[in-house]
Amino acid sequence: MVKRDATSLGAVAPVLPSDLIVQVPEGTPAKEMSYQEAIREALREEMVRDERVFLLGEDIGKHGGAFGVTRTLWDQFGSERVRNTPISENTIVGTATGAALVGMRPVAELMFIDFSGLALDQVANQAAKLRFMTGGQAKIPWVVRMPQGGGAGKSTAAQHSQSLEVWYAHIPGLKVVFPSTPYDAKGLLKAAIRDDNPVVFLEHKFLYSFRGLVPEEEYVLPLSKCDIKRKGEDVTVIASGYMVWHTMQAASMLADEGIDVEVVDTCTLSPLDEETIGESARKTGRVVLVAEACRSYGPTGEWAMVVMEQAFDYLQAPIVRVTGRHSPIPYADSLENGVWPDVNDVVDAVRRVME
Amino acid sequence: MKVDKRTLLEMYRRMVRIRKFEETAIDLFKRGMIKGAVHPYIGQEASAVGVCMALRNDDLIGGTHRSHGHMLAKGSDPKVIMAEVKGKVTGCSKGRGGSMHVADFSVGSLGALAIVGAGIPITVGAGLGFKMQGKDSVAVTFFGDGACNTGNFHESLNMASIWDVPVIFVLENNRYAVSTHIEYATKIKDLSIRANSYGIPGVRVDGNDVLAVHEAALEAVARARHGEGPTLLVNDTYRITGHYAGEPQVYRERSEVDEWRKKDPIKRFREYLVEEGKASQEELDAIDAEIEAEIEEAVNFALESPEPDPSTAMDYIYA
Repeated sequence: MVKRDATSLGAVAPVLPSDLIVQVPEGTPAKEMSYQEAIREALREEMVRDERVFLLGEDIGKHGGAFGVTRTLWDQFGSERVRNTPISENTIVGTATGAALVGMRPVAELMFIDFSGLALDQVANQAAKLRFMTGGQAKIPWVVRMPQGGGAGKSTAAQHSQSLEVWYAHIPGLKVVFPSTPYDAKGLLKAAIRDDNPVVFLEHKFLYSFRGLVPEEEYVLPLSKCDIKRKGEDVTVIASGYMVWHTMQAASMLADEGIDVEVVDTCTLSPLDEETIGESARKTGRVVLVAEACRSYGPTGEWAMVVMEQAFDYLQAPIVRVTGRHSPIPYADSLENGVWPDVNDVVDAVRRVME
Repeated sequence: MKVDKRTLLEMYRRMVRIRKFEETAIDLFKRGMIKGAVHPYIGQEASAVGVCMALRNDDLIGGTHRSHGHMLAKGSDPKVIMAEVKGKVTGCSKGRGGSMHVADFSVGSLGALAIVGAGIPITVGAGLGFKMQGKDSVAVTFFGDGACNTGNFHESLNMASIWDVPVIFVLENNRYAVSTHIEYATKIKDLSIRANSYGIPGVRVDGNDVLAVHEAALEAVARARHGEGPTLLVNDTYRITGHYAGEPQVYRERSEVDEWRKKDPIKRFREYLVEEGKASQEELDAIDAEIEAEIEEAVNFALESPEPDPSTAMDYIYA
């Protein structure tokens, strides 16, 4: 059964069991909302709380952003604090950096991570390094939000579907956050906005319509902490973004076979919480890594080495990884199908590591 | 434009300070006592000083790879720049940056950046920040003829124009982007007309006439402070040295450089001051001597200072 949602640019969102990922304890006053709404709530709350926070990006004003994330914010806060920009990715980020340098706390939106190459110098050479190059004089408390990723039936092809987190995770001085649920998205975005460093905040565009419980009371989640989405004893599966959902579904299926999967959601990709990864790997001795990004030099390479460094002596089997096909993303259904991992790939990988 | 004697002498002092600093840096570099690269500002002193002396301490400047001059013009202590260029922990950037990443936030200098044009959008952002904070501070971005063909430049003028950002774009046309002459790199002859594309005022001045630069800068600053938005100020000057110290300048004739040496902005200003009775040769000689001693002190400070402690190598990556 599929559900079509206007917020996800024509994508079809599979309806997954609502109790697949439970993060709010029973009895806590909470509201069900989508990942998109949760991000909007984080922006709204932080803009109310701190007048230095403002937004800039293409079409984020009255239009509400390409993915509808900033809908209603322009009505509430006006053009001063919700600034529509011309198409100038490089200068959207550069302007955010300059404003941050003099004490503002900008949250810039780039429409697709695929467009961010145009701003790469401002992100990686300037914002990431200014504090270091100036011996600590500069402080750049900005957030750059970018949708990334693809999903079943999205069909937006090679320049609208990529997962490019590693471009940013590789740069010292940046933080890279990638939430998988509405609960995580809200808490982590609030943390990112309050962090005094440049934070690249990645949003999986297919997840915008996914729903989950979000507490009524204000909360902020810590950066650089993995979240154990499911405790288990037999095998550690590390995943991020939309892949966490496939992994949780796989874990549910594998439980029926008597395999107890521990699901580690990285949440912050950089700086990575190596401690939690290590603890889990040492406990189970078997590790599977799941990432949507294409195979070579993707995040799973880094995670695998972290596991080796933290838990080699405890491993009962070689590390197995599940990744996107190492190819530009094609348009035709017959080619796009299978370019990204799904629940069955995760199940197969776990069975392999359990042999 | 009436400029009082104190200001005139200070202009002279700052130009001489830049000249002496850069000559000393080149000398140290040639003797192997400065590593990496030095991009001297010699011949362009009137541009930095004419502009910076139109600014307050709370105004900000953004720079380029050739920014020792900008920082000294804004009021930085030559000691901290010299120490930085020598990679010492007492340098303005604690030895982390070197010549191309000197910065001095205490005098409103966001610092030198090595990517051509990268400072332009950042400085626009600073100006936007000031405006949003209700301040009347202004931001000034220095860049060269090389930068005026980058995306950074065009996007920034556009962005600043639509939001009336209090920023002044100072294009120091020293004719050369490394080896490429501006007349090859651009079809137009008068770079200031680029302002028309963005609906902002464009002004072109003799960048080697410190008072002409100063007057144009004061006007642009007043415009920005009163909410009238950005200005493009083109200072026509000339890069006396190579792109970097020690460059074999195969792309231009010695005679061209010599012609421009005769039009030295400091010599010109000195002649003006004496001829117009604003200052005596003795007063100016005294300033020269004062600066000579100051730069010597800066060199000793840099030589005697320690390098950063290797155990601090991971500092300043994150706030």
